[in-house]
Amino acid sequence: MSSLPQGPRFGPYGGAYIPETLVPAVRELEAAYNDAQADPTFQEEFHTLLRTYAGRPTPLTPARRLSEALGGAKIYLKREDLAHTGAHKINNALGQALLAKRMGKTRIVAETGAGQHGVATATVCALLGLECVVYMGAVDIERQKLNVFRMKLLGAEVRSVDAGSRTLKDAINEAIRDWVTNVRTTHYLLGSALGPHPYPRIVRDFQRVIGDEAREQILAAEGRLPDMLIACVGGGSNAIGLFYPFIEEESVRMVGVEAGGEGIESGKHAARFADPKMGRVGVLHGTQTYVLQDPNGQIALTHSISAGLDYAAVGPEHAWLRETGRAEYTYATDDEALDALQRLSALEGIIPALESAHAVAEAIKRAPTMRPDQIMIVNVSGRGDKDMHTVAAALGVDV
Amino acid sequence: MNRITATFDRVRREGRAALMPFITMGYPDLESALDLVPALVEGGADLIELGIPFSDPLADGATIQATSQQALDNGMTLALCLEQVAALRARGVEVPLILMGYYNPILQMGGAKFAEEAARAGADGVIVPDLPPEEADELRTALHAHGLALIFLLAPTSDDERVRLVAEQATGFIYLVSLTGVTGARDQLPPDLADFVARVRCATDLPLAVGFGISRPEQAAMVAQMADGVIVGSALLRTIGDADDPIAAARAFVRQLCEAVGTPSHS
Repeated sequence: MSSLPQGPRFGPYGGAYIPETLVPAVRELEAAYNDAQADPTFQEEFHTLLRTYAGRPTPLTPARRLSEALGGAKIYLKREDLAHTGAHKINNALGQALLAKRMGKTRIVAETGAGQHGVATATVCALLGLECVVYMGAVDIERQKLNVFRMKLLGAEVRSVDAGSRTLKDAINEAIRDWVTNVRTTHYLLGSALGPHPYPRIVRDFQRVIGDEAREQILAAEGRLPDMLIACVGGGSNAIGLFYPFIEEESVRMVGVEAGGEGIESGKHAARFADPKMGRVGVLHGTQTYVLQDPNGQIALTHSISAGLDYAAVGPEHAWLRETGRAEYTYATDDEALDALQRLSALEGIIPALESAHAVAEAIKRAPTMRPDQIMIVNVSGRGDKDMHTVAAALGVDV
Repeated sequence: MNRITATFDRVRREGRAALMPFITMGYPDLESALDLVPALVEGGADLIELGIPFSDPLADGATIQATSQQALDNGMTLALCLEQVAALRARGVEVPLILMGYYNPILQMGGAKFAEEAARAGADGVIVPDLPPEEADELRTALHAHGLALIFLLAPTSDDERVRLVAEQATGFIYLVSLTGVTGARDQLPPDLADFVARVRCATDLPLAVGFGISRPEQAAMVAQMADGVIVGSALLRTIGDADDPIAAARAFVRQLCEAVGTPSHS
């Protein structure tokens, strides 16, 4: 893997566009991370916790009835919904919290959109005895009440953010402001493959366990590599985690699915790659990547039925994978995701998170165009329990 | 750049510190800067920082977040900021004007075009709080080609190696962030401020201006004892926002600050 980017940039994307106050902190983080990566004790501790605490490896489940119903490719589901706390977010949260302890930090701040990263962070902070503050947009607090309650039970303080669009973007602003203020004692536990270097690389490396396991599991089950990987892309941590161990296997197609919201023409979406008018290369939250913005460079308000995909920028490594043609990116609308959630629930007994349902929606489109001897792995990045109120409301059901 | 250097030289000869108020362009009304800037000069401002509003100002506290949002709601853009700078020069404003804005709007205009238009408008320098020296090569080259300074920041967390790096690359002056935190008025100056200023002073002869958290005349007076320039933003914007007559209030507040830093009023 030595030919893959390890520095601050992925082609022209990435970098560290941050206030001077934070420059020493990201340098310290980079040094600590490089040191930890080379330290077998750290790796052992991380992988032991993944096994004994997070419940890894998560299964690779053949989706027999869904495959049959679609009449094409053989579909496997990578079951991150079965990881502790119900999503892949726990992988990165464990890794970074261990890193924070190693750096002597006693306090963690995090942002959350859907609440899954906030819950994962609150969980590892409880496990490791760290103080935890989670910033969450007021709109997201309203639509993810259950996760807010979970975080509080886990001992975290949840701070509501009322600025801007009151969603993930604003929660990140506020988490960064807290970090700038308390940088000497505090680690910012960023939840996606975003932000200034070295975060996109750290998050990817802690999430690659998804792809490493999937690779081993599909080889055991089928004796060969898959033809296609599909994952949803908000910041893109579950997608990069699945894709990364397959990047050098050119026979494996990789498909990222953004949030198409109410459709690209409506302007109410979070599809950075799909909208050439609003989605342009820019700088947001420390990284250069594709950003939804107005003609004057002000960051656009985004929309998605899934809080976890409702963000204006995409992880810089995805921008690079797209530019090089190694991965392709598309989108699913709110309605397509809702439909996919219902079909996977009814056909496989698995209720995916609304985020993951975007990946399932793309699988529903692609599988019928493929042959039965072709294999597809869809990342079910999280479980849908947290979304039941949203789904019920969208379906006009009173719960 | 020359106007910045000349101003700090003159102020130094006068044995005092320079006062550098900050306002958000487009606040409280779209064209307020056209009247506010002359009033700040009358009040005794030596240099003026003009904030270009951005939707996600992650280094700013509540006051500048709110004024930026108001300015954007009023319709302010980077292009319009530059037009207003040109209008201020046409109205005879001669003090150095320093633009402060986040990187993305500048990137969307294009660094080269921004530098050219900022120079043509009559700006003297640019501060980009989310563009540390490591990422700044392109913009710095473009600005220097048009005679504009790119002003870097240093923070209490900057170690001696970074102080040296910034001192080597800085032009105009160095902006010292007084505290680990975001902009916004504070009740007290950080206790280690004098040590921080002294540490940077050892590394450079460039003027050092201190900002973040300075809200009252007595705080400005204390900072004036240790640095070459005193920057006041949020407290001024709050004064403007609270006043029935924002122009008169801004002039009066800056005059108070000037007296505190030992500046003779220009009016």
